[in-house]
Amino acid sequence: MKAWLITLALLAALVVASLLIGVASMGDDPVWLMVVSRIPRTAAALLAGAGLALAGVVVQQVVQNRMVEPSFTGAPEASMLGLLAVMLLVPGMAVAGKMLVAAAAAMVGMLGYLALAARLPREDPMLLPIVGIVYGGVLGAVGVYIAWSADLMQSLGAWRLGEFSGVMIGRYEWLWAIAALAGLLYVIADRITILGLGETQARSLGLDYAQTRMLGLVVVSVITALVLVTVGAFPFVGLVAPNIVARWRGDNLRANLPLIAVGGGALLLAADVIGRIVRFPFEIPAATVIAVFGAAVFLWLLHAAPGRRHG
Amino acid sequence: MIEVSNLSYAAGDTRILHDVSTRIEKGGITALIGPNGAGKSTLLHCLSGLETPSAGSVRIDGIDPLAVRPEERARVVALLQQSPVLVSRLSVRDLVSFGRWPHHQGRPKAEDRDMVERALTAFSLTDLAERTIATLSGGQRQRAFIAMTWAQDTPWMLLDEPLNALDPRHARDLMARLHGLSRDGARSIVIVLHDINAAAGWADHIVAMKDGRIVAQDTSHELLTEPTLREVFDTPFELLEHRGRKVVVAR
Repeated sequence: MKAWLITLALLAALVVASLLIGVASMGDDPVWLMVVSRIPRTAAALLAGAGLALAGVVVQQVVQNRMVEPSFTGAPEASMLGLLAVMLLVPGMAVAGKMLVAAAAAMVGMLGYLALAARLPREDPMLLPIVGIVYGGVLGAVGVYIAWSADLMQSLGAWRLGEFSGVMIGRYEWLWAIAALAGLLYVIADRITILGLGETQARSLGLDYAQTRMLGLVVVSVITALVLVTVGAFPFVGLVAPNIVARWRGDNLRANLPLIAVGGGALLLAADVIGRIVRFPFEIPAATVIAVFGAAVFLWLLHAAPGRRHG
Repeated sequence: MIEVSNLSYAAGDTRILHDVSTRIEKGGITALIGPNGAGKSTLLHCLSGLETPSAGSVRIDGIDPLAVRPEERARVVALLQQSPVLVSRLSVRDLVSFGRWPHHQGRPKAEDRDMVERALTAFSLTDLAERTIATLSGGQRQRAFIAMTWAQDTPWMLLDEPLNALDPRHARDLMARLHGLSRDGARSIVIVLHDINAAAGWADHIVAMKDGRIVAQDTSHELLTEPTLREVFDTPFELLEHRGRKVVVAR
């Protein structure tokens, strides 16, 4: 109860701040400004943050490691490679088609990571995120090479550095699909929690492990693609929000998924609002803000004793 | 009864089980003993239906665990693996509740909650019920996982080296509980043990394995003889009697 009150109060404050802060003046037509720009921008940050946080906790349960999140599995980089392929081969593809390709590519990227991860010794929990970061880096470098050769660096840059300044009514609505995916995850929350007990234990409890894991990964892929195509990539949200909630409230996802989603949304919205304030009237991308903050939290998680021991 | 017929298991080119056939009768505790690499754990996993043998078959109370739906299998046989990877921040009660998953799949009924409370009581976890697994000691943690397996309420309970990392007091406490809980004959426990004396003290039957084969199988009292143990472990032993129980000392 207390957790919820604190989170919702924080969220309400952020939403008000997000609606009020911006370069455009409220003077002329405040309703128009709200409907066309501020409300969509606020909603986009909340939805993207919630989606990334949920994707993060699913990945963590699948690999049984709290230090992993989607951007440490090659998912966004693979997604970008898929999008580059679309731009080069089928330049006029509709957004739905792009989403599909981006999601499929993210899935392939993650399956590649999981194949790598399966060969790693489990004793050191830090190996999984480190290998994931390197793996993502390699995929990202391939992306840079292709984009450089094909003069698509600008597109790649927009994907790699997520931000919300371009969000307007009519240009972010795909993100509402995240609400539906969140609902699906809530339905299968117990199954995802059981995944975290490990394959043997999950199967001994009668869970169809392979199927559940695949369903979870599909959700993660689709969220990655939705966020990437609409507003770009954001690191650390999927790491920070689930870890803070787990430390505070434990691992029962049936109880905590809503808090993880709200926490992720609040985190990304906070990053966006800070990015709007720091160099006013200019903006810093939310991805940059979250990278600074997220990296700090990541280091804190590394050194905090229980995080270190969960291997 | 568990019936194993001509069971073989290979991982890549390495054959781990060689044409194993046996019967494990219902009731009480059956211990699997043998040196490292004898195939005890693999046999246990094959019995549970979680590993698919390369040849042969397993029948648990007449059911082929590989042929039935996973949740159906999980109402007949429960396996507890050696040590979970992720140190969970689930509460003890939540963890034990997941033992009821095969019975309700997310919609617990009164009888499920009741069974959870009984499992918590049986393993003295009531006071720890709201603590998270991560904050427990090794012995308490193992008890919580066994309580989850117990709550699964299967006629067959398979435990893979549950005494690992337990000090003598907790190991004794756990074996005594399992022994007591299995006296009514409703549960049959098959347990992989490293400590021969834990088997000598608490198991009703012992299956001795070596190099992927069953070397001997009998009641604990009959099986524990110097020649058999010497053959299984390739080392001489001395057997003593203490209060009607055999005590095994490696020489």
